[in-house]
Order: sequence, then structure tokens, then C-alpha cells
Amino acid sequence: MTLSPYVTPIPVLAAHRDTILERWIAEQKREGIARPDLLSDADLGRECSEFMSALFAGLNSDSVDPSGPGWEQMRASLRGITLSRGRLGFGPSETMRFVLTLKEPLFSSLDELERTQHIQAVLEINRLVDRLGLMTSEIYQQGREEIIQRQQQEMLELSTPVVKLWDGILALALIGTLDSERTQVVMETLLQAIVETGSTIAIIDITGVPTVDTKVAQHLIQTVSAARLMGADCLISGIRPQIAQTIIHLGITLPDVVTKATLADAFITALGRIGQHVVVKRSDQER
Amino acid sequence: MDRVPIIKVGKYLLASIPPDVQDSVAIALQEDLGARIVASRARLVLVDISALQIVDSFIGRMIGDISGMARLLDAEVTVVGMQPAVAMTLVELGLTLAGVRTALNVEAALAMAGIRDHA
Repeated sequence: MTLSPYVTPIPVLAAHRDTILERWIAEQKREGIARPDLLSDADLGRECSEFMSALFAGLNSDSVDPSGPGWEQMRASLRGITLSRGRLGFGPSETMRFVLTLKEPLFSSLDELERTQHIQAVLEINRLVDRLGLMTSEIYQQGREEIIQRQQQEMLELSTPVVKLWDGILALALIGTLDSERTQVVMETLLQAIVETGSTIAIIDITGVPTVDTKVAQHLIQTVSAARLMGADCLISGIRPQIAQTIIHLGITLPDVVTKATLADAFITALGRIGQHVVVKRSDQER
Repeated sequence: MDRVPIIKVGKYLLASIPPDVQDSVAIALQEDLGARIVASRARLVLVDISALQIVDSFIGRMIGDISGMARLLDAEVTVVGMQPAVAMTLVELGLTLAGVRTALNVEAALAMAGIRDHA
């Protein structure tokens, strides 16, 4: 898109700079998007004046294309403000309207211009502020997507913790739905931990698995088989009554796998397999 | 032709499979092992595959065959030290080696055998 010849009267805007800033902040408060619960008045003022100086720096570059050269300061400032607002809990429309409320104060400062010049300047500023608003919206979405991606990665890592319960006994607490991709990660993590710790028994706890269908059962059997091939026995624990019922209704059998209702039961069984047991320590008074 | 050495340790036989085992070597091992089991009257054979990083269906089946053959000669095979990647490949191939004993390492296998002998 080619922009019409540059007509924005910078001197007029610069003369009204303080008024514009004041009216902009007032406008935001009136529209209810200032959110004093998230951002203090002082911080809001700082953000707005930072934005204004970036705006004038851009205007002074003799172009009204905010994606072009001369507007680097504006883009950086917009990015900083948008991302920090996203983190603080501002909604997407609140963040976009933060930019759009600047329109009216800018327009009203142009009142002293003669009619034709006024219309042209208004059109140009309108287009500029709209594009800045769209940029804000894009940056906001990017920020959100980055957060989602990081959370997905963290979830994948968090959802497959292998813990050592005792010398030779590992526990793997599965949380969330098991799909093929996750099974692969689970299997790798478990087998690697078996090698590293030299454990002979692994307890797979499925308390956190919401549903067990034929596919999930298949994945569990695969994991158990792989561990057995390496010389480690697997116990499956945390089977809830509903899950047991589902497994029977689906006609799934878990051959050669020891299953226990709770992790505690599985742990006691595992201790028994390595020739140890839990003894209740008697207190001095009882002796 | 390369052959896998079979070592006699007390009452047990130990065969360590090299990392890059050829199919012909695997077949030779099968023949040698049968002869050694009969000659030494060993009741337990440890097949150490900890060096093996890559398996195909042939090697996977060979491990199962060795175990079946040893059982016919009244000996037990324990597969020792399988790597995670190998275990995953075998499961993917559907070779879960049902009925074959496994152990994490030679020490664990000997401990298991010791418990069985004294039982």
C-alpha cells in the first residue's frame, strides 16, 4: 500500500503534546481500560509518555509507515508495553484499545487547521494509529503463543518424572492422557533411568491417567515389555475402580503384569521382591 | 570366520555378543552354544548383549531361538544388559521374547541364579 504524501503537521501536534498526553490518559480512564488494579497511575503515565516520545520520533522520520525505517523506537516500545501488559493480565482488546484511544486526543489537537488540511491529516493519523493497534494485537498474540509453547514443553517434561523410591526400586507417576508420542518419551525416560540406577523393579503409577482405552493399554504393555527385556520387572499401580471396569468392558488383558490398587501396595510388593520389608519401630514407652 | 567366544565360569556359560554382530556369526554362536551346553553340562547360559546398540528382526529372533534351543538341552538362557534403544526396537518389532529370562547385568543374573540354586 502506498501512502499519500506526508501531510501530518508535526509542529501542531508537538505544540499540543502535553495536552494530548493528558487527554489520552483521561480517555483511557473514562473507557475503563486503565485498570488501576493491574497498573499504577505512575506506571501508566510512564508507559504513555514513552509511547508519545516514540511516536514523535517516528513522525520526525518523515514517514507514517510504522513498519518502515525510522519507527524502530516505536516498534520496540510497542513490543515492551504490549508484552508487559500481557504478563500483567490485560486482555487483548484492552491492550489494543490502549493504542486506539490515542486517536481522539490527536484529532482534537488538529482543530485549528483549515478544513482540507484537517481532513487529510485526520485520515493519515487514523490510518497510522490503526496500524499501530494491529501491531499491538499481533505482538500480543505472539506473546501468548510463546507462553503456550513454553508451557507445553514444561508439561511434557513435568508429566514424566521418574523417582527413585528405594535402592533398586523406581516409580514413574504418569499424569495426563497417554498418546504414542508421550509413550515414546515415557519409555525412553524409564528405560534410561533403569540403566542409570541399576533398578530391578519399576512401578508405573497411573493414578493421574484419566482414561484407559485399548491404545493406552497397548502403550503400557509395550513399556512393561521393554523394561522386562532389560531385566527389570514392572508393577502397575493406581488403577481406579472405574478404570478397572473400563478395562474389563473393553476386553483388554494385561498379561504377565502385576497390578496393584495403590502405589503403597505396589511399593510393599516391590520391597518384598528385593527381600526387604517395613518394620514398625516401637517407642521407648512400650518396651 | 569370526566366532563369539563362549567362556565357562563355574557352572555357567557366558557369551558376549560383539557390537556389530553379523548374521553368520550369530548362526555360528547358536551351533557352538549347543555343543558347549552338552559338553559342559551347564544349566545356565548368560548371553551378554550390553555392547549391542542396534538390532534387527534377525538378531531378535536369534536370541529367542538360542533360548528355545537351550531349553531343549535342559539349560536356561538369561539375556543380560539389553540397552534401552534395543529393548524399544524389539518391542516395536513385536519380539517381546516371552519366556526368556532377562537381567540388568551379569551380577544381577548371577545373584538370581544363586537364589534359584539354593532354593
